[in-house]
Amino acid sequence: MQDVLIYITNLLAVIIIIPFYRVLKGPTVFDRVLGVGAIGTKTLVLICLVGFIYGRLEMFIDIALAYAVLNFISVLAIAKYFKNYRKGA
Amino acid sequence: MGMTEIIAVLMILGGGFFLLVASIGIVRFPDFYTRLHAMGKGDTLGIILILLGLCVYEGFTLNSAKLLIALVFVGLTNPVATHALARAALRYGLKPLLKLDQKDMEPSTTSKIDALET
Repeated sequence: MQDVLIYITNLLAVIIIIPFYRVLKGPTVFDRVLGVGAIGTKTLVLICLVGFIYGRLEMFIDIALAYAVLNFISVLAIAKYFKNYRKGA
Repeated sequence: MGMTEIIAVLMILGGGFFLLVASIGIVRFPDFYTRLHAMGKGDTLGIILILLGLCVYEGFTLNSAKLLIALVFVGLTNPVATHALARAALRYGLKPLLKLDQKDMEPSTTSKIDALET
């Protein structure tokens, strides 16, 4: 089980790098916001898996919950900020 | 290798597969709204599967309850964030890729059809 967890954590660390292409090369602002949100939600799972490997899940799950709240609020705030803009004006 | 361990390993492997597919979809889809579709469904399912696998392996403890709280929170808030982002993009004036614009494969800002005139 420990080996499976370590393999999955390495795979997830590779998966997190993939949406960073969309952050760097998005045609619009919303593509970049989407890439940042995807990276954040994958990082939550990575934090939980690392806590499970270390055997200290009671500490890392609180960090993961705080991270999830912060990611959600940031995406909502950016969406509300760009909602009132008209394109070209 | 008990039965619960096998179930947990299968769930964790399935979640990793769904997260990989969602990431590839975010890179390779041609339009903003299709990318949003890939993120809002694939990411949520992958996260739910991985956290459920950890929950099954842990058993009836306090950490399992905390994992369930995190799972419910992510399953509620990730579609809400996706919906807010899509509505903000529509309000901003980003038009989806239509059938006429399939040749240039760009997010069509100057579409030939004003179908979404708000």
